[in-house]
Amino acid sequence: MKKDLYNFAIRMGDTSWILSHRLCELCSFGPFLEEDLAMTNVGLDHIGQAEEWLNYACELSDEDVDADFLAYRRKEKEYRNVQLVEYPNDDFAYVITRQFYLDVYNYLLYTKLTQSKDATFAAIAQKSLKEVKYHLRHSSNWMVRLGDGTEESHERVQNAVDDLWFYTGDLFVMPESEQNLAKEGIIPNLADLEADWEKMVLEVFEKAGINKPSYEVLASGSFDGQHTEYLGFMLCEMQYLPNKYQDAKW
Amino acid sequence: MDDKLKNEDPELLKEFQAKIDAEMKIEPKDYMPEAYRQHLIRQISQHAHSEVIGMQPEGNWITRCPSIRAKKILMAKIQDEGGHGLYLYSAAETLGVSRDQYLRWLHEGKAKYASVFNYSALNWADIGAIGWLVDGAAIVNQVSLQRTSYGPYSRAMVKICKEESFHQRQGYEIMVSMAQGTAEQKEMAQDALNRWWYPSLMMFGPHDGDSPRSSLAMQWKIKRETNDELRQKFIDKTVPQAEFLGLTVPDENCKFNEATGHYDWTDIDWDEFWATIKGFGPNNKRRLKHHQQVHDEGQWVREASIAYGKKKNKKEVA
Repeated sequence: MKKDLYNFAIRMGDTSWILSHRLCELCSFGPFLEEDLAMTNVGLDHIGQAEEWLNYACELSDEDVDADFLAYRRKEKEYRNVQLVEYPNDDFAYVITRQFYLDVYNYLLYTKLTQSKDATFAAIAQKSLKEVKYHLRHSSNWMVRLGDGTEESHERVQNAVDDLWFYTGDLFVMPESEQNLAKEGIIPNLADLEADWEKMVLEVFEKAGINKPSYEVLASGSFDGQHTEYLGFMLCEMQYLPNKYQDAKW
Repeated sequence: MDDKLKNEDPELLKEFQAKIDAEMKIEPKDYMPEAYRQHLIRQISQHAHSEVIGMQPEGNWITRCPSIRAKKILMAKIQDEGGHGLYLYSAAETLGVSRDQYLRWLHEGKAKYASVFNYSALNWADIGAIGWLVDGAAIVNQVSLQRTSYGPYSRAMVKICKEESFHQRQGYEIMVSMAQGTAEQKEMAQDALNRWWYPSLMMFGPHDGDSPRSSLAMQWKIKRETNDELRQKFIDKTVPQAEFLGLTVPDENCKFNEATGHYDWTDIDWDEFWATIKGFGPNNKRRLKHHQQVHDEGQWVREASIAYGKKKNKKEVA
């Protein structure tokens, strides 16, 4: 059970941590200054969430590690984040769509997690949910603005919606570790979230005039450490200093 | 009378100067000489651009922060700088020029930003040195500007100064951990100090005698202290901090002078100063190109937002 809790804490922590890295890459790349700052804000919230989950993972771990170790010193395959958050910042439409898919997911998941039988899970969810609601409002508004803005913005956001759809199946996969937790009432059944997720996403698509992607074959495997080709490059940069100067304290 | 003032009404000018002398703030709708307005347009927008361009050298390390804590701090810090840009663009807009226009002038090379941001951030200790030295120098200048005579600028500076003092402390904190860290970390810290010391001193501008716009700016209390006074203040404050770190300021003549009560120092290489201002610093072209490119790439997003806003207004009216 402890191992299962650890796995899920790592899953949540890594998802926020890797996404925050993508968001920090956007610093000074915003389409205007206010949005630049907004993206950093969302990124900072995700670092905060990552830290909470990783700290809890350290408590659950049999090894003597701290959150920095987990964030910076693991091998690629040991990260359990969803693949969606590895996708690069191709353009603003991709940034917003990636965020939107995850915000809807986080909103549903954290809402359920507030009822978790694990007190720490529930507490982290309670705190995170406040932030997630803001994130969701921000990304949903942009989805509608881009979908119903100009011809160009519509086309760009539709492309992003189509391309990133591939990575959304991964959000709802339930390997054994998560199934054990669901049986104990610690996490919701992730597969059950899928219908609600799609409903919320399609509501926004409708407002935005965006079409639902038509394909069904979706990526999965992040639970087992199967990642996209992008993650290795992200870790190279992120882990550069701790890898190069192993004895240093920063 | 100064040539720049020959078209002003002498009575109004007298009242204006009397207000300034009485330490009253000038507000956007008050009378102000055109030369005062122009000086502020130039100075405040330059200041705003500096905050925004300054996001780049620090942003250079944001994906390589070595700990969760360091990453949170650096992101929040750069975000603060962008926020300062926002206050300052707002203050500058009260002078009757739009943010779009200010950005055009920046891209056309008609507006400047602080030259110090044309230098490169080459190792992690540079993030410390930028906070400690560059923000440190900026604070000395900005504390003085809190009392500047133009109301919106002065109020923006009060807010900015509060955050800048945090920035300086975060920078110094990095320097402390680097200077007390491994031999390699200490080497990085010294290297960063070597490269950022003189660029920081340059931030105060030319010697008073070579600063063409200083005299009216002083008379109008836009500036309250001269470049050389502020620079000396910074040096006197900072050299002991370097000594505490066990690092050496890259100037063998930098010694405390009992007679003057100040540190002596070797003058700036003014050829380098002017070359960097004229566009030949290590990153002038890159910094501006980055800003321009990002702005151009964001055009479709801004257009979408405007188009959507218009459609929505129409629907609401209908």
